[in-house]
Amino acid sequence: MSETDSIEFFTSFRVEDLWFLLEAAGRTLLISVLGISGGTVLGIAFGWLLSIGRWYGAATLGWVLDVFRSVPLIIQLVLFFNFFPIVGFPLDPFGAGTLVLVMYTSALVAQVARGGIEAVSISTRRAARSLGMSYWQDLRYVVWPIGIRAVLPSWTGVALGVLKDTALVSVLGYMELLRASQILITRTQEPFLVLAVVGAFYFALSFPIARFSERLERRWSHD
Amino acid sequence: MIEIEGVRKSFGPLEVLRGIDLTVRNGEVISIIGASGSGKSTLLYCINGLESIQGGRILVDGEDVHGRDTNLNRLRQRLGMVFQQWNSFPHLTALENVALAPRIVKGKSRAEAREIARAQLEHVGLGDKLDVYPSKLSGGQQQRLAIARALAMEPDYMLFDEATSALDPELVGEVLDTMRLLANEGATMICVTHEMGFARDVSDRVAFVDEGRIEEIGPPSQIFGAAQSEKTQRFLAKVR
Ligand SMILES: Nc1ncnc2c1ncn2[C@@H]1O[C@H](COP(=O)(O)OP(=O)(O)OP(=O)(O)O)[C@@H](O)[C@H]1O
Ligand SMILES: [Mg+2]
Repeated sequence: MSETDSIEFFTSFRVEDLWFLLEAAGRTLLISVLGISGGTVLGIAFGWLLSIGRWYGAATLGWVLDVFRSVPLIIQLVLFFNFFPIVGFPLDPFGAGTLVLVMYTSALVAQVARGGIEAVSISTRRAARSLGMSYWQDLRYVVWPIGIRAVLPSWTGVALGVLKDTALVSVLGYMELLRASQILITRTQEPFLVLAVVGAFYFALSFPIARFSERLERRWSHD
Repeated sequence: MIEIEGVRKSFGPLEVLRGIDLTVRNGEVISIIGASGSGKSTLLYCINGLESIQGGRILVDGEDVHGRDTNLNRLRQRLGMVFQQWNSFPHLTALENVALAPRIVKGKSRAEAREIARAQLEHVGLGDKLDVYPSKLSGGQQQRLAIARALAMEPDYMLFDEATSALDPELVGEVLDTMRLLANEGATMICVTHEMGFARDVSDRVAFVDEGRIEEIGPPSQIFGAAQSEKTQRFLAKVR
């Protein structure tokens, strides 16, 4: 594993440890960005499929997404991590963690996206179509902008939640922030200091998302 | 010219239109009156292909609306429609509301589209509201915005579905005045309406729809003065 492990057992917090945490924060950031962006794109597609309704697959899709939404993420992670090798498709913790996060996020975002689409009244969409807009133009120029304004706060909630939930990927042995902090705590016996630093890192990762969405909301309100 | 021939339309087991025949000549203003649920809105939706039909056909300048090869998106550009719910796009200013379709549907440049939008908004008396968002407009202003939005596509026909029904009484007048203005300019219009005064003063012909059929159609003088059908007389006695 790492060079800090053996020689001395308990040593105090050092500057190098900050680097160690920073690297771990980078991994948390990486897996968050992949999970949130992949899950959002997929979730929007799923939400759109759900909103079409009538289609017989919608029931199946809705059911599958319900499973992903309701089974605790930590269980999904362990199950899939052990399941992939069985089907001859072994993945490292990072790959398995990312894949599960994407599915989990997409299930949450699908509900948000469906809500956004349904926030646009049928009669508004008919008005758009009556002007000669195609189905896709209606989605792109009318449903999307109205829907995203309606559900941006919910999406932000999902994204912040997923960012924090990436900590669970540590159970697969992926060296992200939480796992790194546990190792440091064991070695330094300084839980408060380490946790405070790690907490600050999570905050630094979340803050831009929250601020960005706040900015957008402010720009979109015409009052 | 819009030719409606034997049109039938059902929602599941419910037959809403039971053989509608109507020809609308260019420049003509037709009002459609009738009880709630008689199929008036459905008829308008069938004319611009927002609803399918189960029988008969509708020709717009000879083109079959429900034909297999019909490009509905292109056809709808010739059929402006104004709804009871004004349906402004809330995220766009008045100018952007009107300019959107000319730009993305007709491929006009941004500047051209804005020029068209400005002209149409002035046309309906909203020249001073160009940069205002719909949430800051009254119902009557939003409905005029919807009219300007439809007009910006330079349609050959205008379909109005109870354009004033959702408005507070004091706002009805301004929208009716705008519709009158269009009629005087020679627009071809089909107006579903509960405003009998408008139907009498502005239309060339009035059609009374009852249970999915045109019970009686004729000039306003006939419908309001000497209705042949007993059902027409009864309906008019009730709404007056
Ligand atoms: N999408 C739909 N699905 C099922 N039934 C419908 C649908 N749209 C309309 N209907 C039914 O069709 C009938 C005619 O409706 P329509 O809206 O055309 O009536 P209308 O004459 O416009 O009435 P109103 O004056 O209340 O607007 C009504 O019984 C209505 O419930
Ligand atoms: Mg109606």
